[in-house]
Amino acid sequence: MNQTAFVIAAYVAAAIGIGGVLAWAYLTMRRAERRAEELRR
Amino acid sequence: MHRFANPARFLRLARPASAVCFWGGLLIAAIGLYWGVFAAPADYLQGESVRMLYIHVPTAWLSMSGYAGLAIAGFSALVWRHPLADVALLALAPVGAVFSAVCLITGSIWGRPTWGTWWVWDGRLTSMLVLFFLYLGVIALARSYDEPGRGAKMASILALLGLVNLPIIKFSVEWWNTLHQPASITLSGSSIDGSMLWPLLTSALGIGLLMASAVLMRMRALIAERKVSARLARLAAA
Repeated sequence: MNQTAFVIAAYVAAAIGIGGVLAWAYLTMRRAERRAEELRR
Repeated sequence: MHRFANPARFLRLARPASAVCFWGGLLIAAIGLYWGVFAAPADYLQGESVRMLYIHVPTAWLSMSGYAGLAIAGFSALVWRHPLADVALLALAPVGAVFSAVCLITGSIWGRPTWGTWWVWDGRLTSMLVLFFLYLGVIALARSYDEPGRGAKMASILALLGLVNLPIIKFSVEWWNTLHQPASITLSGSSIDGSMLWPLLTSALGIGLLMASAVLMRMRALIAERKVSARLARLAAA
C-alpha cells in the first residue's frame, strides 16, 4: 500500500468515530428532550 | 462554577452553545483538515504519511484533556455534590472513549508505514490504551449500580484514580525507550514548522469544539432523561 492509502484509512476511521459519536449524541438528545416535553404537557 | 449548578440555567446556556460549538467546530475543523491534508507540505522524512498528524494529534490531546475534565467533574461530584458534575462525568466518558479509540486507531495506521508495525507494547502506546480502558471502566462502573447516584460516585472515584495515567502518557516518551517520537510542541515552543503547526492548531480547535458540542448534547440528553424519570415516578406515586 502507498502512503496515501494509509492517510485515507486514518481519516475514514476518524470520520466514522467522531461522526458516529456526534450523531449518537444528537439523536439521544433529541429523543430525550422530545419525551420530556411530551410528559410536561 | 456553582452559578451553573442550576440545570435550568445551564440549559439556557447549553442550548445555543451546543449549536455554536457544532457548526463552528465543523467549519474550523474542515478548514484545518483541508489545510493540513491538501495545502501543508509533506514531511521530508515521512512523506505523505505525516498528514495523519492533523487528526491523530488533536484526538490525542482531546482524549487526555477530556480525561482531566472527567476527573474535575468526579472531584466536583464527590466534594461539592455539584448537581451537574455527575451529568458532566457521564456525558464526557463515552465521548472521551471514542476520541481515545480514534487516537489509537489513527496512531496504529500511522505506525504501519512509519515504524513498519501496527502496534508495539511501548510506554506511550500502552499508557494510551490504559486511558481508553479507564474511560470504559468509568462507563461500566456508572452503569453497574441500580441506584444511579452510587454508580456516579464509584465512577468519580475511578476517574480520580485514573488521573495518575495522564503524566505517565505525557512523560512516557522520556522515561522509556519508545518508537514514539518525543513531544514536538511544549510550553516553551514548537519544533514543528509553521506551515504544519498552524493547520494542526486549527484542526485541534475545530475538533475540540466538535467534542465540546457532543458533550453538551449528551448532558442535555441526560438532564432530559432525568426529568422523564422524575416525572414518571411522580405519576406512578400519584
